[in-house]
Amino acid sequence: MRSRPHLHTSYSADQALMPTATKKVALATFLILAALAPIASSIPFYPDFLGNNDWMKLLSHVAIFGIGALGINLLTGVAGQVSLGHAFFMGLGAYVGVVFGAPSGDLWGWGLPMWIWLPMAGIIPAAIGLLVGPAAVRVRGLYLAFATLGLVFIGEWAWRNLKFITGGSFAGRRFPEFQLRMWKEEEPLVDFASDGVWLGFEISEEAKVYLLMLGLLVVATVLAKNLQRTRAGRAFQAIRDRDIAAEIMGVNEFKYKLMAFGISSAYAGVAGALFASFVGRQIPETWDLFLSVEFIAIILIGGAGTVSGALMGSAFVILLPRLVQDFTEWLSNVIADGEGLLASVADAVISVSPDDFGVVNILPGAGPGLSVFQLNQVLFGLLVILFMIFEPLGLYGIWLRIRNYWKGWPFTY
Amino acid sequence: MSPDAGPPALLEVRDISLSFRGLVALKGVSFHVNEGELFSIIGPNGAGKTSIFNCINQVYRPQEGTILWKGDSLMGMKPNQTAERGIARTFQNIALFAHMTVMDNIFSGRHIRMNHGWLAGMLWWGRAKREELENRFKVEEIIHFLEIERWRKHPVGLLPYGIQKRVELGRALAMEPELLLLDEPVAGMNVEETEDMARFILDIQDELGITMILVEHDMSLVMDIADRVMVLDFGQKIAEGLPEEVQTDVDVIGAYLGTTGDSPVPESG
Repeated sequence: MRSRPHLHTSYSADQALMPTATKKVALATFLILAALAPIASSIPFYPDFLGNNDWMKLLSHVAIFGIGALGINLLTGVAGQVSLGHAFFMGLGAYVGVVFGAPSGDLWGWGLPMWIWLPMAGIIPAAIGLLVGPAAVRVRGLYLAFATLGLVFIGEWAWRNLKFITGGSFAGRRFPEFQLRMWKEEEPLVDFASDGVWLGFEISEEAKVYLLMLGLLVVATVLAKNLQRTRAGRAFQAIRDRDIAAEIMGVNEFKYKLMAFGISSAYAGVAGALFASFVGRQIPETWDLFLSVEFIAIILIGGAGTVSGALMGSAFVILLPRLVQDFTEWLSNVIADGEGLLASVADAVISVSPDDFGVVNILPGAGPGLSVFQLNQVLFGLLVILFMIFEPLGLYGIWLRIRNYWKGWPFTY
Repeated sequence: MSPDAGPPALLEVRDISLSFRGLVALKGVSFHVNEGELFSIIGPNGAGKTSIFNCINQVYRPQEGTILWKGDSLMGMKPNQTAERGIARTFQNIALFAHMTVMDNIFSGRHIRMNHGWLAGMLWWGRAKREELENRFKVEEIIHFLEIERWRKHPVGLLPYGIQKRVELGRALAMEPELLLLDEPVAGMNVEETEDMARFILDIQDELGITMILVEHDMSLVMDIADRVMVLDFGQKIAEGLPEEVQTDVDVIGAYLGTTGDSPVPESG
């Protein structure tokens, strides 16, 4: 078989998650590199900055949003049910996690270990999802979007008023730390919440959290991918593509829509709990409409209906602001350094002093032009529009085109 | 002709009437289909042929009458329950799952023949893995039967029309149905594609022994392959019988060619 690497001689080989050797090798390499990021500085040729704590945080953020994006992708991308309620279920998961996991004090908290609070943060939102689902899945399209939009506002109101759980507006509350315990003992088995030495390497708190998130993301991804290629996943896609035909093929539309709603809520809940603990302190206003919209944007940019699209989308949306910021800083350094064409172009784009004209200003406070934050908002909106017009399959579609081009190279197909 | 003679019919439709507010789609239509038969329903556009299919699938709920499947009523069921009873269907305007591959489309026809739930699927464990691999054999059988091997992994939305029609037939066959409802399987096809499809339909009848109801506008096809033909016009049955009987029926010729008053229909038709 050596001469025909893509020749499959059994259906199990053909239906495997990673059907080709190229995919296996590429994925393994990527995972090993990702796992090595915390010790980047001690590996030759590895970009050092990835191991810095701020980049570790950024990548953890990507992983957490990746888990959340897998959830919304399942519901909106795979099953075709546009939901704006994702932020509600994330908030719900976060507060379930904190009630189970935070030590008892003024606010509710049972101080249970992470292996309880994290799964509960998925299970309870799923249960609530199944409870409100029957009302939601009876409507479709825009109507469903509006019905789920209602959830976000009900949620925000509830989070603001359930002060004994959420800490209320402005104050918020602290969320449980990432520590693995058997039960409630003092000394955690594995402590992700403080610096330490692992396998002889100095690993910072941020890097430990990153490794944990990476692991959870891998698990979440494998589960999502498996779901998508088996019976239930096909039923979801069938409903998305042709609901009446799906029913006539024997798919119970109501049951499977509800199922998608429930599983998606579980993903959202886990992502919400992780996000809250990752940031440390959250206020009720975190779980607002913008968060839901951000997730819709992630899967639109990444490529709706595909697992890898959801992951690429979250990496893109989380990393873009940072890259824009770094880029503007770099440009302002160019201006400061002096002459040349680039400096004058950059000078026109960026305003460095209150009386200097520029599209973007990097000064603290109000000034001429957009702030970097505003610029990011504009770029974000622009990208969503551009992707919808030019590449409905998102980053995944772009990747597909690149892959197919090189697959046949030097021929066109 | 009478369903009383011999064993009960596989499907018996009794006096169904269907209307949408004031619009009458079907008025007192009765017929039966015997096991192993290729029964055809013809009629001019808007005669109510597809409505009959939608009634059998319970997508539409007829206001009057009843539909019996092996003697039990199908009325009030959900469409997916009719599928579980063994009724499969293809559509007039292709209703494939456009973003899925040919293989996955046919696999989705196996939905009712598989049992594993979402959790087993997510874990790719136990029954899920076993069923997925076992059913792949069945899917491959159908892919082979319909000669669509080369498109196995293509997204179905990108395939030519004739192939899509074939994939849709495959998806219905994957359900291993006892009754197959074919809604204009050769509409818009050229002669060669039509002949291919006719061959598949006859093979399904002979080799797989599946009973079929065929709705079709291509008269030569219907007259060639149907065992019995029913003719509808404006929601009413105007004739039923062997193809050659129907062909010469005065009402049928009138429905297709039109009549002026009660002047006799010209012989040459």
